[in-house]
Amino acid sequence: MRKLLNSLFITSPDVYLTLNGENIVVKKEESDIGRVPLHNLESIYAFGYSGASPALMGACAERNISLVFLTKNGRFLAKVIGESRGNVILRKAQYRISDSDSLSLLIAKHFIIGKVYNNKWILERMTRDYPLRIDLSMFKEVSRELSKNLIEIKNATDLELLRGYEGQAAILYNKVFDQMILQQKEDFFFKGRNRRPPMDNVNAMLSFAYTLLANDTAAALEAVGLDAYVGFLHRDRPGRVSLALDLMEELRGVFADRFVISLINKKIVNKNDFFVKENGAVIMIDEARKKFLKAWQDKKQEKIKHPFLGEKISWGLVPYAQAILLARHIRGDLDGYPPFLWK
Amino acid sequence: MLVVITYDVSTIDPGGKKRLRQVSKLCQDYGLRVQNSVFECVVDSTQLRQLKYKLLEIINKETDSLRFYRLGDNYKTKVEHIGNKETFDLEGYLFI
Repeated sequence: MRKLLNSLFITSPDVYLTLNGENIVVKKEESDIGRVPLHNLESIYAFGYSGASPALMGACAERNISLVFLTKNGRFLAKVIGESRGNVILRKAQYRISDSDSLSLLIAKHFIIGKVYNNKWILERMTRDYPLRIDLSMFKEVSRELSKNLIEIKNATDLELLRGYEGQAAILYNKVFDQMILQQKEDFFFKGRNRRPPMDNVNAMLSFAYTLLANDTAAALEAVGLDAYVGFLHRDRPGRVSLALDLMEELRGVFADRFVISLINKKIVNKNDFFVKENGAVIMIDEARKKFLKAWQDKKQEKIKHPFLGEKISWGLVPYAQAILLARHIRGDLDGYPPFLWK
Repeated sequence: MLVVITYDVSTIDPGGKKRLRQVSKLCQDYGLRVQNSVFECVVDSTQLRQLKYKLLEIINKETDSLRFYRLGDNYKTKVEHIGNKETFDLEGYLFI
């Protein structure tokens, strides 16, 4: 398996990124403040309005380094895409599946099975680790419901039905989400998902985590030669990385949600890390965002045994491993797409 | 792995300055300059061979010298820095 390389985060707004030889050079008012060889990088995230030279953009596209521009608050602005690479035949096979509802359903089902299965095990783990701090019977009940839900999903006959079952599973899971927050309960609570803008601390962090995860999965899909914009469950919409959102479903809970919850429960973030704007939108302060990104990097370096490949890889490579498996299925080398099942 | 590369390029003969510049530029493509003619490169074995090959094309073996110190994957405990010219860890947090 490939090695997970480092990510460079540009959080100062008034810098400019340029290319020098094989290095990315960060410039601030004509002086160099940082230089890193490109072969050590997996991705570059620019927060705020830092610019980049066309030469650097080209170099990143060529070397498959994802160069992403986000606003200071982590909302996606743009990313650099080079010549379409990979295999035309693979991509055409992907489009054919996407055009057919029945073929899409077969793959989309597996994304959702992965998601619901993983969410179920998040809850099961809570009942094992903190039986006295949560409403045990409620967790067991929801977990049972999710098991039933899994069977319904398995037997779903069309995409609309599948979306319905997914919605049901989400409602069940969200019902107990708040209970997984064990610390700082007066500052961090989950009453439901809200976004654009997020209206409470937990939603602000979830949105940020999902943006990062979506970028990682999109980059992984492009790396194996798939088109991240053509999905099976999410409908096509200009500028939406539908396939990345599809693939991300199974990782939302185990990767992003658990990450956000652990930040709260380990008291890595606290209420001073957030402020409320006039319109009620909650944003993280710059320092908090740095803490968040550092912890995110650590999480990506953590090792895990991949349930299907049976190989030890870092968490950060999981989207990449799943993208490879998806490509193999689309190419016909695998009979079905094996979702990432976590326990 | 981490490889420390040090070089001495003789600048007495006419082509020396050019060779020195080329060597330093090439090393910079692969790693970080930690002192004047000392580079730390986090590379895999392929990249190291590429770099070596390219360096051999440049230098003059009669007058110049190159040294490669391989510090392996667990290099973090093996490097100690004292004084100024602080560098950063290529595999650590990269925030600018």
